[in-house]
Amino acid sequence: MTNARVLKLVLGVASALLALVAAFAITSLVLIIAGDPVGEVWKTILRFPEPRNRANIINNATVLYLSGLAVAVGFRMNLFNIGVDGQYRIAAFTAAVVAGEGWLPGYLNTALAVLAAILVGAAWAGIAGILRATRGVSEVISTIMLNFIATSIVAYLLREVAVREKGSNNIGTKIIPEGSRIPSFSIGDGPGTEVYGFVFIAILAGFLFWFVLNRTRFGFDLRATGQSQTAAVASGISVKRMTVIAMLISGGIAGLVGLPILFGDAYSYGSTFQSGLGFAGIAIALLGRNNPIGIALGALLFAFLDEQSNPLQILVGVAPEIVAITQGVIVLTVVISYELVRRYGVRLEQREVARALARPTDKTEEVPA
Amino acid sequence: MPTPATPIAETAPAETELAVRLRGIGKRFPGVIANDDINIDVRRGTIHAIVGENGAGKSTLMKILYGVQPPDSGTIEIGGAPVALHSPADAIKAGVGMVFQHFMLADNLTVLENVVLGAERRHGIGAKARAEITRLSDAYGLGIEPDRLVEDLGVGARQRVEILKVLYRGARVIILDEPTAVLVPQEVDELFGNLRELKAEGLSVIFISHKLDEVLSVADEITVIRRGTTVRTVEPAGITARQLAELMVGSELPSPSTETSTVTDHVLLRVEHLSLPSPEGRPVLDDISFAIHRGEVLGIAGVEGNGQAELVESIMGMRATSTGLVELDGVDLSDRSVHERREGGIGYIPEDRHRHGLLLDSPLWENRILGHQSRPPSVNHGLIDKRAARADTARIIEQYDVRTPGPDVLARALSGGNQQKLIVGREMSGDPVLLIASHPTRGVDVGAQAAIWGHIKDARRNGLAVLLISADLDELIGLSDRIEVILRGGFVGSFDPEDVTPQQLGSAMTGAGEQA
Repeated sequence: MTNARVLKLVLGVASALLALVAAFAITSLVLIIAGDPVGEVWKTILRFPEPRNRANIINNATVLYLSGLAVAVGFRMNLFNIGVDGQYRIAAFTAAVVAGEGWLPGYLNTALAVLAAILVGAAWAGIAGILRATRGVSEVISTIMLNFIATSIVAYLLREVAVREKGSNNIGTKIIPEGSRIPSFSIGDGPGTEVYGFVFIAILAGFLFWFVLNRTRFGFDLRATGQSQTAAVASGISVKRMTVIAMLISGGIAGLVGLPILFGDAYSYGSTFQSGLGFAGIAIALLGRNNPIGIALGALLFAFLDEQSNPLQILVGVAPEIVAITQGVIVLTVVISYELVRRYGVRLEQREVARALARPTDKTEEVPA
Repeated sequence: MPTPATPIAETAPAETELAVRLRGIGKRFPGVIANDDINIDVRRGTIHAIVGENGAGKSTLMKILYGVQPPDSGTIEIGGAPVALHSPADAIKAGVGMVFQHFMLADNLTVLENVVLGAERRHGIGAKARAEITRLSDAYGLGIEPDRLVEDLGVGARQRVEILKVLYRGARVIILDEPTAVLVPQEVDELFGNLRELKAEGLSVIFISHKLDEVLSVADEITVIRRGTTVRTVEPAGITARQLAELMVGSELPSPSTETSTVTDHVLLRVEHLSLPSPEGRPVLDDISFAIHRGEVLGIAGVEGNGQAELVESIMGMRATSTGLVELDGVDLSDRSVHERREGGIGYIPEDRHRHGLLLDSPLWENRILGHQSRPPSVNHGLIDKRAARADTARIIEQYDVRTPGPDVLARALSGGNQQKLIVGREMSGDPVLLIASHPTRGVDVGAQAAIWGHIKDARRNGLAVLLISADLDELIGLSDRIEVILRGGFVGSFDPEDVTPQQLGSAMTGAGEQA
């Protein structure tokens, strides 16, 4: 059976490569049509990153990874949590306020702020979960709505609690005291090679995701519900309960998304805090097939493309937004290529079963029971 | 291979009167040979039955003859001329029509509209079409009124509309796929009357069925298919149902029939005043009370849609709005969840194994866990023990003869019979005191059917209470200690399987006949 597992892995990698190649080809086509230098663009994007770029890629990937995990929890249960974007912003804002107030000393303050972020993210997603379980409201619609509401609430509350940054028009929450920040570590010489300490928390989250989903009864129930609600009901799983819990977990992880930036870089939540991370998470969860390792690779790829496209304007005179096209196309090509490879895999397995059964059945004919 | 005692008459039809002639038809799918060297002659003006186990290749053959799939090898001649069928449209042009098991009618349209749909060019959609439908209906004794709404028609009448649709398109050869599966015995007799009319008019009918008694009563010739190839063509006069079944499976075959009664006084399942309201007003289940004892099989007979599925789901706790008492071995389960009821000792073989019984895209060992998430050996203290789950799945595969290379195969890759055997093995491994078996042998081959019957008999012998729901009256009579007939959500008659005939059950099921 190890053979089958190796085959599964090979097929999984092959389908991701197929999707990437197709996406790169389509991007090249766009470049050619626009009359841009295709070779130069790829040379710039695919060059080996400098240490400074490497640190940026890892930092960016950490954030995207958490976002991908949050979306993937929902996907595993056939829930489409589009609301990660709103969830992480309202959660990061809460964490910033809590940490900024500094009610507790040092890392206790950090822990309290992280906990607050998880709870607020979970609660915000939980609204959609409860609406779905009790009133049958599609979580797609409700989470989109909740994104808008989150944006407005954060904007409103920011004005209430904000302090003006020195020498700027930006407003933000109080700066987090130095003792409560999560220290970064350097991966190279020179400035700008600092990597968020939060990366370890992200890795831990990935491990927990894998463990809970694949090794616990709860994870089994969740995956079973995602695969077949009817079979889940017949087996004694309460689908409504699972819906609410899955949304709470998804939202809880979403609550972590903004924290690497908050505790490792920004130290306050201001009007310029990075947005849009939740939507990237959807693409990354798709690309990573809802698997913690796959999501990590997807997050690194997206972060790599973002980082490497920065100098495009200066070096070859092409707008860096071209990688947004690549990223968008990847989402489409992964869906197609995964389906193609999945069908191929099923055919392969059916053939395998038929071959394995051909022998014993022949035997039964000779010696009828 | 044991040969049947009585010699079987081989037939050699005269070449001139052949409506369909199939020679050397072969069709391969990846890893599976669906058809291999199929040879069949269907004579004009006859009913030709094709019988075989599930998976023997009947459906593939019919799809080839109806142009849905092209054969890889072999020739098809219709009315003496070789044809190449690339689509159902080609088949219809060649005079071949097919009535599928699941009707393809639009309920909110009239019979006329349904018949002309897609065949508007033949006689338009107005008076000419209506006249043609009336003419066909009279000529073949179908008794169809063109302006009735299809939703007002019963199952038998809908089937006749399907036959008329095929005739309207000019078919001279009509394929019927398991036409009696949805009918009660009285409707079956009517259908056979219609088929005899068709044959008297010189049409040919290809009749696919599992039910050997029906095949023997209506067919002029019977072709047996086993493992994708034609085994033999026989005339019904020279063969018994048992011999025919043995040809199908290639070995001796068991029959349901129970042994001596094992019924005790100890009540295991008590159901009292069970009701299930429906939004439309009339309750789906209406004040049902019954008890099943240790070692007793209670069979439920009924036309589909009279509350059987709801009865089972209410006992399982899947229907939140049901009222009444459900007591298992003295413990009141009425307010318990599905999970608690399963833990309390209910094993459940669901009616639709794909929807309710399996995770098709998960390996067999994960399917072993389904419904047993809270119990060893697969799950301990909330953690999944993959090794134990795989080992126990291997035990089920061994004990219940599930044909699979191993426990890591996806459930989807198994045949229906093997999926069902896995479910039976899984449900029995939770040490249940009550086994609910809903259509346990539906859509499984004869070999798996016999095995599943054996497991139900074992369960009864081991002192379980068994609730058996089935549309196969022979199965009910053969396995049950008592049969209750359900009609419009209520029990309308109790029968002793020792002295009841399928006809009597059929009458009670339709509410027509006297009650025993």
